[in-house]
Amino acid sequence: MDSLPSHMRPEKSFQGFILALQRFWADQGCVILQPYDIEMGAGTFHPATTLRALGPKPWNAAYVQPSRRPKDGRYGENPLRMQHYYQFQVILKPSPPNLQELYLGSLKAIGIDSAVHDIRFVEDDWESPTLGAWGLGWECWCDGAEVSQFTYFQQVAGVECAPVAGELTYGLERLAIYLQGVDSVYDLNFNGREGAEKVTYGDVFLQAEQEYSRHNFEVADTEMLFEQFRMAEAACRKYLDAGWRESGNRKAHQLALPAYDQCIKASHVFNLLDARGVISVTERQSYILRVRELAKACGEAWIHTEAGRAD
Amino acid sequence: MPDLLLELFSEEIPARMQAKAADDLRRLVTEKLVAEGLVYEGAKAFVTPRRLALTVHGIPTRQPDLKEERKGPRVGAPDAAIQGFLKGAGLSSLSEAKIEKGAKKGEFYVALIEKPGRAALDVLAEALPVIVRTFPWPKSMRWGARSIKPGSLSWVRPLHSIIATFGPETEDPEIVRFTIDGIAARQTTRGHRFMAPGEISVRRFDDYVAKLEAAKVVLDGERRKDIILADAKSLAFAQGFELVEDAGLLEEVAGLVEWPVVLMGSFDASFLSIPPEVIRATIRNNQKCFVVRDPKTGKLANKFVLVANIEATDGGQTIVAGNERVIRARLSDAKFFYETDLRTRLEARLPKFEQIVFHEKLGTQAARIARIERLAAEIAPLVGADVTKVKRAAKLAKADLLTEVVGEFPETQGLMGRYYALAQGEDASVASASEEHYKPQGPNDRVPADPVSIVIALADKIDTLAGFWAIDEKPTGSKDPYALRRAALGVIRLAVDNELRLHLSTIAKSGVDGLRETGARMTSVDGCELSSSLLAFFADRLKVQLRDQGARHDLVDAVFALEGQDDMLMIVRRVEALGKFLDTDDGKNLLAGTKRAANILRIEEKKDGTSYDGAVDASLLRQPEEKALATAIAGVTNDASAAVAKEDFAGAMSAMARLRPAVDAFFDKVKVNDDDKAIRENRLKLLNQIRVATRAVADFSKIQD
Repeated sequence: MDSLPSHMRPEKSFQGFILALQRFWADQGCVILQPYDIEMGAGTFHPATTLRALGPKPWNAAYVQPSRRPKDGRYGENPLRMQHYYQFQVILKPSPPNLQELYLGSLKAIGIDSAVHDIRFVEDDWESPTLGAWGLGWECWCDGAEVSQFTYFQQVAGVECAPVAGELTYGLERLAIYLQGVDSVYDLNFNGREGAEKVTYGDVFLQAEQEYSRHNFEVADTEMLFEQFRMAEAACRKYLDAGWRESGNRKAHQLALPAYDQCIKASHVFNLLDARGVISVTERQSYILRVRELAKACGEAWIHTEAGRAD
Repeated sequence: MPDLLLELFSEEIPARMQAKAADDLRRLVTEKLVAEGLVYEGAKAFVTPRRLALTVHGIPTRQPDLKEERKGPRVGAPDAAIQGFLKGAGLSSLSEAKIEKGAKKGEFYVALIEKPGRAALDVLAEALPVIVRTFPWPKSMRWGARSIKPGSLSWVRPLHSIIATFGPETEDPEIVRFTIDGIAARQTTRGHRFMAPGEISVRRFDDYVAKLEAAKVVLDGERRKDIILADAKSLAFAQGFELVEDAGLLEEVAGLVEWPVVLMGSFDASFLSIPPEVIRATIRNNQKCFVVRDPKTGKLANKFVLVANIEATDGGQTIVAGNERVIRARLSDAKFFYETDLRTRLEARLPKFEQIVFHEKLGTQAARIARIERLAAEIAPLVGADVTKVKRAAKLAKADLLTEVVGEFPETQGLMGRYYALAQGEDASVASASEEHYKPQGPNDRVPADPVSIVIALADKIDTLAGFWAIDEKPTGSKDPYALRRAALGVIRLAVDNELRLHLSTIAKSGVDGLRETGARMTSVDGCELSSSLLAFFADRLKVQLRDQGARHDLVDAVFALEGQDDMLMIVRRVEALGKFLDTDDGKNLLAGTKRAANILRIEEKKDGTSYDGAVDASLLRQPEEKALATAIAGVTNDASAAVAKEDFAGAMSAMARLRPAVDAFFDKVKVNDDDKAIRENRLKLLNQIRVATRAVADFSKIQD
């Protein structure tokens, strides 16, 4: 790390920090993917996690994923809450026996030395009702700050994980705030430069937070969104139905990924409708259930594909 | 005799599961030992975030040998029977069996089965893997490459290694040989995750504890707690403060560290403008840190105590700084929430309750608040509370549920309502009701005493009870998801502790009317039936309460059996007076006499197929004792009823006492079953009158002897 130029150092530069994490996990044999090109609420929705967690084939991947949480928008006025932020996601299947050590190694790679910091694994069971998924694990604390989520997936999209995958999620802004020692996400140094060359997180995202908060809470076209939900749901079903083939004496699926894209879309549209406050408490449950049914059907399709099945 | 050392070393075990896990491990292993005939001397289990350990000392080396004689068929029995016997007893031929003479006649075969005891080491090697595989974790998980196959080991978090040694104190112990899912029992473990991560080889419990300690692990959770508490107190004291002790938090943080290091940090004093309960909730719930106060003023200080799991090389500077930053951020959130909340008046939040479902069948929170207000207005005069204040309090009592602070820290509900109500200039009683109406929360919680709070507390609880009764969601067995038992006990305590005269059946009926008006979807609509079923529930709760206080709960039944008993205070008073009376000779004898009368009546009424509840004919009274009894009954009934009407239960009991000599003399001298039918019938009616007379105070037949 000492050889790094100042503007690339993880404690000085948001992008340098992301690159250091990518570098670390690349060294562990992960494929480093780019963000998925559909809006989603969490990095877990990326098919590289949701779908690849299923089936017996080994899979090791890491990527940054923008997470959209329409309800968390605060018009750029809250120093820590945003409707758009980055998650760094690592998935290792099967979970290696030294996953905790690897995780601690990644903290070291971004400059968190376990000799002076108090790093703790505090119980946090993870469940995603929309994905029909759950797992056990921890929130990882560094000096009292929650810096990552650590989960052993037990079930995803209604399918038992065999083998179990380990998932690490780093909240990048939160960690960067900690590393850079600033109080607001908007004060983060994005490019690691100083003076006139310095670009902050606020320079990049503040206007977007303000605009999207307005959009999410006030103007998002609900009629269109309701229609989009119905369309995505119907398309997902349609692709799922169309994808099944009998090959030899076994069933195979040929459209699991396109079908799952529609499931992600339905989920995000639901989140937007929820932020607009047009879904009542009772309806809310039924929407979550509808998305879950799609996710489960996609999981079932996936384990009948080349990448999802045993051989 | 040898000792067993067992350690199950894993990734971090959730703090809340640790104590029970240690207990389960000790129980499961020792129960198995005893079941296998291995009676041990002592056992103790320990738990840290990463290990579950057990020492059992004084285990016999071997199981005792078992000798058993098994009786077989008689000599000369059919071959099938003989073969079955040989097979069952494990003999190869009849020559291995003894022949014994039967007690009556003939001879039969006896097999002598000798089962040599097995070595304890083998028993353990067989039993321990089963215990590990079936361990009762509240939630467990699979992991790693082996989880590809069904039936792979599941544990609370990945299990890494196992120590299992067995041997006497003086020798090198042996390893209990077993392997679970690729993990072979050995005699090595690891120390503290960061300070001593290397392998440690151990032999038995003594050196295990000592070597762990040297490797920065305090095995005993109680010791970790003691260390944390003592260090936290002295650290606070040294700075002129006092630790705000918190047993639940102490238990939790002791379960989060193997090597507790107590440090103190501070936050900006300007945050002290937030209510102290909110500061404490923020620091406690989110950061698992303790707060401290100024011993002179009792007010919170701008300091906190954190418990780290490491002796940091910089003396903890970085850790304190990191925690201070997080706490600063949390407190600014809390302050922001609090100040945001203060900008909206409580009543302005109410319309939102129309969107919030309280219960699918019982409607929205708004409907519930309307019902509470209606009920409260009715109860107010009975408690002597100002109706205007009561209505205002009912309207506002739940409003804080919609505030940011309560959303963030649900345990501050009610409390925040009081702060916000006072801040917007509400009457002090109205503001208190926000907090107080949730009370009492259990048998030991404080009971509100302010009339406004009492009324809202009653209305809230009675609406809850009537509502769940009306939709048939009564508690069953151990299931009481809506805490209805607690609500009923709350009503009883509110009435009794405040000496309130409340007719619960009327109030409950009114609660049911309220439900109907707000369109609740009731499964049962008969108000009278509901309120009597609810009353029986109150009686039940009262019995439990009295039993817990060591009083005679059967007397509750005796009083409840009378008509129209729905006033908890009067029931309690009457039960008290009855209890005292029954402790006297007069009481005991009168009870005996009444029971005797009832017994005779029961037998004779059954025999004759009629009931003798008519009036006594004075002209048929012959003997002086029966005349005296009739006179006594009339007088006592009169006086007792008059006393009861004045709620003078002690007076009613002393009136009752006057009945005793007459009853005794009657049974002594008068033969009930006279040959003259008319006289017999009259005397039976007189017996019935005893029963009737005692009912002025209680139904004596319900009293246990």
